[in-house]
Amino acid sequence: MAALRTTSRLFASSKPLFRPAVFARSYATVDAVSQEPNPSETPKIKTFQVYRWNPDQPTEKPKMQSYTLDLNKTGPMMLDALIRIKNEMDPTLTFRRSCREGICGSCAMNIDGVNTLACLCRIPTDTAKESRIYPLPHTYVVKDLVPDLTYFYKQYKSIKPYLQRETKTEDGLEYRQSPEERKKLDGLYECILCACCSTSCPSYWWNSEEYLGPAILLQSYRWLADSRDEKTAERKAALDNSMSVYRCHTILNCSRTCPKGLNPARAIAEIKKMMASH
Amino acid sequence: MLSQKVAQQSLRRLAVQQPYALRWSLMNSASPAAVALGRNIQTRHAASSTNSSDPTKLLEKQRLNRPVSPHLTIYRPQITWIGSSIHRVTGLMLSGSLYLYATAYLASPVLGWDLGSASAVAAFAALPVVAKVALKATLALPFTYHCMNGVRHLIWDLGTGLTNPQVIKSGWTVVGLSTISALLLAFL
Repeated sequence: MAALRTTSRLFASSKPLFRPAVFARSYATVDAVSQEPNPSETPKIKTFQVYRWNPDQPTEKPKMQSYTLDLNKTGPMMLDALIRIKNEMDPTLTFRRSCREGICGSCAMNIDGVNTLACLCRIPTDTAKESRIYPLPHTYVVKDLVPDLTYFYKQYKSIKPYLQRETKTEDGLEYRQSPEERKKLDGLYECILCACCSTSCPSYWWNSEEYLGPAILLQSYRWLADSRDEKTAERKAALDNSMSVYRCHTILNCSRTCPKGLNPARAIAEIKKMMASH
Repeated sequence: MLSQKVAQQSLRRLAVQQPYALRWSLMNSASPAAVALGRNIQTRHAASSTNSSDPTKLLEKQRLNRPVSPHLTIYRPQITWIGSSIHRVTGLMLSGSLYLYATAYLASPVLGWDLGSASAVAAFAALPVVAKVALKATLALPFTYHCMNGVRHLIWDLGTGLTNPQVIKSGWTVVGLSTISALLLAFL
């Protein structure tokens, strides 16, 4: 009864009732109803080749599986295409995703030969060329596009990624920085640890057991450069060996591929300079 | 479809405007009979049955079979890593040929070979022009490329020239300059 009354009140109200923005929620799939009135649009069929491997059939070799999608009915990003494939064509396709806006780093993968986040990568509109999607290069595959990043996170833990400080400030309040000191952390704190750069580095491919890789070294430099941190000497001592830093041969795939536009190569160069100055 | 949307919308408005009315209508107050039967207590079922096998063992077993994802063969050729690999290959070519020639030169008195400058000049002069140019180019190109790219590395070690546009530009500059200078050396 109450519901009915409110409905009648709604009809009487002067506000426009059917604002499409209220009802239409956008998903990865473009709503078919809202798209249909435009018959002039020819379907844009694009093929996606996706790397598949199933741990339940470990003897079977990894293979490429092709899916075709109409780009008119798909959202603009690679992640939209993957979600649509999973929703409508093949629910067994496995990949990580979460935020769909390039801040969680879950959907890092190799798309058309370059490591990037699927949610930040536009689908190339050239339908003649097929898109190839692989998991992050030279990683152990858990399933399909899901890489095992356990060791990557262990390496991150090994550099003690937190503020190390013994002394308190004189007034007992927060540890303050000058704007100049704070500016040194720009381009470092934004890293989301998606592992795109590390897994694009040929040196990390061959030496990932001991070489820390660009992502972890950028984090390393983030704490070395922090004016509030008091363990700079210890941090440098931990890196002072032939493997941790110096397997970087300035190949620069890391900076080229970073989906956040950061520059791990510059951070590593700064670490090398810091190490050389003492 | 339309009526459904209207009803949904009105429910939403009701929830906003009169939250108590909605809450009352939805609330499930336990009746005395339900209390007597013990149905007033919520029970929850586990989403999946508990398995006696250790899940970490399962992961470890899987880990033994995991393939390594493709890398070198699928990564897009870019001036960054292709240039770097050429730098390494040319370095190996230059140092390798130096070591090879130097060892042969050291061993030449013992083995009776004549590897001195005079015989090298004579042997080279006897070659046809095409072979001369080709031989000089194959020696000059690794040298010019490795040398110029080495300067690029020295600049990077100062912490400059590391942005993406700079790296791409300097990379192609080295490719162009080394090719031109190698050709110049070849036709000397």
